[in-house]
Amino acid sequence: MENGTIIRTKDLVKIYPMGGQSITALLDVNLTFGRGEFAGLVGPSGSGKTTFLNIVGSLDAPTRGSAEVLGQKVEALPHKKAAELRNRHIGFIFQTFNLLPVYTVYENVEFPLLLLGMPAAARRKAVMDALDWVHLSDRVKSRPNQLSGGQSQRVAIARAVVKKPELVLADEPTANLDAENSHHILHTMEDINRELRTTFLFSTHDDKVIAHLRRKITLVDGRVAGDEPGAAGKEGR
Amino acid sequence: MIIPKLAVRNMLGAGAKTWLNAAVLSIAYVAIIWAQGLYNGFGAEMSRTMIDAEYGGGQYWVEGYDPYDPFTLTDAHAVPAAPLQARIDAGQATPILIVQGTLYPGGRIVPVLIKGIDPGQTQLSFPTGVLGASGDDIPALIGSRMAKASGLAAGDTVTVRWRDARGAFDARDLEIVDIMKTIAQTIDEGQVWLPLATLREMADMPGEATIVVAAKGAPPIGAVPGWPFQGLDVLLKGIRDIIKSKTVGASILYLMLLFLAALAILNTQLLSIWRRRKEIGTMMAMGVTRGRVIGLFTFEGALNAVFAAIVGAVWGIPLLAYFATHGYSLGANQGDNFGLAISDKMYPVYSAALVLGTTVLVFLITTVVSYLPSRKIAKLKPTDALQGRMS
Repeated sequence: MENGTIIRTKDLVKIYPMGGQSITALLDVNLTFGRGEFAGLVGPSGSGKTTFLNIVGSLDAPTRGSAEVLGQKVEALPHKKAAELRNRHIGFIFQTFNLLPVYTVYENVEFPLLLLGMPAAARRKAVMDALDWVHLSDRVKSRPNQLSGGQSQRVAIARAVVKKPELVLADEPTANLDAENSHHILHTMEDINRELRTTFLFSTHDDKVIAHLRRKITLVDGRVAGDEPGAAGKEGR
Repeated sequence: MIIPKLAVRNMLGAGAKTWLNAAVLSIAYVAIIWAQGLYNGFGAEMSRTMIDAEYGGGQYWVEGYDPYDPFTLTDAHAVPAAPLQARIDAGQATPILIVQGTLYPGGRIVPVLIKGIDPGQTQLSFPTGVLGASGDDIPALIGSRMAKASGLAAGDTVTVRWRDARGAFDARDLEIVDIMKTIAQTIDEGQVWLPLATLREMADMPGEATIVVAAKGAPPIGAVPGWPFQGLDVLLKGIRDIIKSKTVGASILYLMLLFLAALAILNTQLLSIWRRRKEIGTMMAMGVTRGRVIGLFTFEGALNAVFAAIVGAVWGIPLLAYFATHGYSLGANQGDNFGLAISDKMYPVYSAALVLGTTVLVFLITTVVSYLPSRKIAKLKPTDALQGRMS
């Protein structure tokens, strides 16, 4: 993998068996993403956006082809190695936030660091820094059910970036948020992307998100139908 | 160490649900200790009673004597061997002569064992002193069960018939000088106690005895020819076997109780995995391996036992301590219904081994029933879990 390349897929195919039939979610997808990109996969529902993120995030394996993430071939990774890749190098942001309900804001953000076995003092500093980025350092003791949707997604962002991963995969991160919260969150992610050079890869069909992308990849029926600079990229943001 | 930490965090975070499970399990936990403690108490009291009233520090039986075979009694008498006689003279042992006979209370025929004992003995704790009374009739002591069965009361006169050493039958009148209340049925039912000297004279067995009871704590004297020693381990074996059989019976009950509690935990675990599948998917996305998720859920389930021990300690220790101090009443004369030498009030005995053993048992069962449903996670695909599906 060349210097600066984070993701490279080659002839990526994903087929789901469905009863007696099969559904092709991705077909011959060849894409490369470099370090520090702020890119998004756009397209209608069922176009293969989430499937692509799942494979790149080593949560799923391709049916054929290859997905190389941070120098590791996802299709060849055993469960433990895949878990290690996610644990050390990839952060996830989900549409429905997926915060752990019995944990406080602080504990949710701390969780990935506990898995990494980080010492307590360093852990505390990293958690507080991450909560500062998302402007939630005053809600450390709150539980997810005490937070608004926007706040919950900011906690999810803090959790995704607290370990300073090379790659953050965000699956429809604004789908459950209003316009104001969406912009707020996108600005936060842009700041983190600039500050930490973290690669952000979105799956979205939300225009608000698309407006912030520096690279836009359009998927239609599992194929790449377009790969162009996004609105933000054209503006030179 | 992350799994225990997360498990504790999850369990405490689950709030009332955790404590409700712990409360249910603690009932089984405390009930097991209580029931088992009660049987331990039975055993301890029975042993103490039998040692005090009958076994002393062990018994020397004349060669050929078998308490379970009345035919052996005809020849089961001899003058105690010199070492035993020395102990008797020193007040460290007491001889008992046993002869078969028949009582005739109110015209009825009641077969009995006539037992002769020194009225001044101090080795066994029952009121043999009353046998020192002098009168026209032979003083006799019987227990309350014997009195009830034969219809005799203190002050009554009853005819006794026996066969002496030469095979001749004879009969005399006895005067019941006292009815003793004892929980040791084996010195009561079917027995009548006479002064040893009188019985020796009646049976024409001068200086003879059937058994010699050593005083509690008397130093051992080794093997005595013609008088095999029966130690407490032999004499109490029957009691221990009875307790063991009763305990096994009780175990079935409390294992059923434990099974019900385990079922509640199993159900909780199944529901928990179903309800938290999205959470499981999120954990996997963050890099938690399936093995660790299984470990987490199993540990969470096993923590139920720890919390049950805490909850059980809160309400169980005062309750168990109360019964240990004040006893548990079986009801008047209910002890006899058990066929055991126990009083109407039982005092449970809780040993460290009992508490530890029960804790380990509850912990093991809880861990197993927590692990079984957690195995489902091994088949769960992260992508399905994230969407709230079970693969």
